[in-house]
Amino acid sequence: MSAELFLFWLMGAVTVASAVMVISAKNPVHSVLFLILCFFNAAGLFVLIGAEFLAMVLVVVYVGAVAVLFMFVVMMLDINFVRLREGFIEYLPVGALVGLVLLAELVLVAGTWAMREPTTPAAPALAEAVDNTRALGRLLYTEHFLVFQIAGLVLLVAIVGAIALTLRERVGVKRQDVARQVHRRPSETLVLERVEPGKGV
Amino acid sequence: MPASLHLDLVPLLPELVLTVAALLLLVLGAARERVRAAGIVAPLTVLALLVAAALAGVLDRTPQTLLGGHFRFDAMAAFLKVLVFLGVAASLLLGSSYVEDERIDRFELPLLALFSALGMGLMVSAESLLGLYMALELQSLPLYVMAAFQRDQLRSTEAGLKYFVLGALASGMLLYGCSLIYGFTGTLSFTTLAQSFGPGSPAGVPTGAVVGLVFVIAGLAFKLAAVPFHMWTPDVYEGAPTSVTAFLAAAPKVAAVGLTLRLLMGPMADWVGQWQQVVALVALASMVLGALAGLVQTNIKRLMAYSGIANVGFALVGVAAGTREGVEAALVYVAIYLAMTLGAFGCILAMRRQGTYVERIDELAGLSTRQPLLAAALAIFMFSLAGIPPLAGFFGKYFVFFAAVKAGLVWLAIAGVLASVVAAYYYLRIVKLAYFDPPAEPFEPPSGPGLRLVTGLAAILVAGFVVLPGPLFDAAAGAAASLGPPAPTAPVR
Amino acid sequence: MDGYLLEYLPILVFLGIAVGLALVIVLASFLVAPQRPDAEKLSAYECGFEPFGDARQRFDVRFYLVAILFIIFDLEVAFLFPWAVALGDIGLFGFWSMVVFLAVLTVGFIYEWQKGALEWE
Repeated sequence: MSAELFLFWLMGAVTVASAVMVISAKNPVHSVLFLILCFFNAAGLFVLIGAEFLAMVLVVVYVGAVAVLFMFVVMMLDINFVRLREGFIEYLPVGALVGLVLLAELVLVAGTWAMREPTTPAAPALAEAVDNTRALGRLLYTEHFLVFQIAGLVLLVAIVGAIALTLRERVGVKRQDVARQVHRRPSETLVLERVEPGKGV
Repeated sequence: MPASLHLDLVPLLPELVLTVAALLLLVLGAARERVRAAGIVAPLTVLALLVAAALAGVLDRTPQTLLGGHFRFDAMAAFLKVLVFLGVAASLLLGSSYVEDERIDRFELPLLALFSALGMGLMVSAESLLGLYMALELQSLPLYVMAAFQRDQLRSTEAGLKYFVLGALASGMLLYGCSLIYGFTGTLSFTTLAQSFGPGSPAGVPTGAVVGLVFVIAGLAFKLAAVPFHMWTPDVYEGAPTSVTAFLAAAPKVAAVGLTLRLLMGPMADWVGQWQQVVALVALASMVLGALAGLVQTNIKRLMAYSGIANVGFALVGVAAGTREGVEAALVYVAIYLAMTLGAFGCILAMRRQGTYVERIDELAGLSTRQPLLAAALAIFMFSLAGIPPLAGFFGKYFVFFAAVKAGLVWLAIAGVLASVVAAYYYLRIVKLAYFDPPAEPFEPPSGPGLRLVTGLAAILVAGFVVLPGPLFDAAAGAAASLGPPAPTAPVR
Repeated sequence: MDGYLLEYLPILVFLGIAVGLALVIVLASFLVAPQRPDAEKLSAYECGFEPFGDARQRFDVRFYLVAILFIIFDLEVAFLFPWAVALGDIGLFGFWSMVVFLAVLTVGFIYEWQKGALEWE
């Protein structure tokens, strides 16, 4: 077994195992931590197939930001997850049945698949050897211009939506108004009084 | 701009207008005080939508694919864009007094609708799997926020959360399907898909791509609220603020039907044997469930949710036909559905008593004695939804069933007729309540001019359709014809 | 293993050492130190009191807002990397493409600043 294959199996197994733990851990904080482990291993798998950029984005965006957000949400909601799980055993037979049916269907599909001859055109390979970050960059900003701009608009909607749903105007809060501070003049606020000695103000 | 950067943006003008308007209004709204901002932003949003609709109507309709093959402008895109932008503008006008009364008149609400409209415009022009997915996301994301916009009310936030979680699941399925299709065919572009797997191509349709297509249809069925992916609809319709429900029920459905047509009748037109059964079953289930579950509703918003499910089923009958007549019938159907739904929600938004909005169906009792005009409008919309001639709704149903029969789906057409007979019961019950039951307390007169304008206009369109049906049929026929073989792609640079 | 993956060998070695060291430390304290647990030793200890309440406290929703705004701009920056790498190949079109993208998000930034979403109180 080559080192590459060994790493694939190792990281693949840890990815699947941690994904299972995400949904079966009792403590939601543990779920988030397993999710991070899962992301890291998925990033490792991406590195193995040469998709370096995706691997780094997975670490920077998902581990660095999304997992932190999940943690905030878990802390914010303060849900008793043990109680949520109470019906699990009850529904297990039904769930297992649905799962089995789906599995059988998948096996059937896979069966017809194997019998077919491969007729599909493969995705065109890159003509020259370029690293995939550069290959992505060449396509994303020109050929996929429209999609890229829609992505920008989706992010903008996310900003508007998050603020519209969560930002509250707090009353009785003294905010710092920089413009007002800067425009303040001594003449408006300061009065020089000449105090005669021995008399007080 | 240097000559090497040839970028033809003329077919994109409606979307550009909306984008620029959205960005400017966002800055304008943020710079103003809370109440004054909404007063300025909402009318300007409607104005931008009307301009975009007019532009989409007058642009050159020669089919062209541009921007790297992600965007296609043709008669079908123009037809649907006019409908969608007008529908969004109308639903904003409808809700203008409601948002004031319910104190959700923050300027973000019309802006989110504007972003969603932009997404819908891009959806009906999608010419690649990537364009389809991103446009759909741009359309859905504002809807989730709008459903939860009454953030201090539990049921509104619940509606938003349910919609978001299930919507994210559907997006995941759609994206998974897209990736399967891409993986097995090696292309994202509808144009290339049509060329590679069209008639006479040596390669058959790969099984993996068919599995992908089924996932895509499942994702689209969710966005359409078609059975069996309808379960979010009643709760979201009921929980969301009524003005938002009116918005949800109208334009996004038109856009989603348009997108389904563009995908299934564009690149997948020759795969019709692969998807026809699935779509026919979804249509059948939607019609039946929408008709049966509507019978037991007491809340008028939930009733409209089931009515919407049934109506999507009827539109999908046209899609399932898989013929040009089917496309035409589905387009006519969604256009008529838009007018009927907006009008019906106009009546629902007029159900206001002692400063609060009521939603129970029996509150409508005896409406005709106190407010004969409103009752007449309500009767027009309900008769039309029930499919009673000579109102517009009848023609919509007639043509989809006709197309289905011609395509050999007689059983589907018969099931559709039966379902609409069952559904007629709950529409007619509302009319009976309004005209023959002892009157309840009268509603306050509708406050906003927007509400009266849109409801009146919709009533005239629905009732008067029989006088002048030609323009809609011609436009739909032109749109359906433009779904032919895709035009060659213009290079980006 | 080809040259590409060899570039990542130091990271693998680093991970290996980290995992190995962690295992050694945990196992060594388990094996070497005397283990005589009793009820008092195993109970949670907080300044001499019995701990009261859950260790998890409810967070303010404002943390969430800050985190989501961070993610959005994090994603924006992620888009900059391939652009910077490929800028030589994609010409002026690619350059302006990114400028438009940044402009859209700058509008979002102006909006959130004006709304006071970046202020804590």
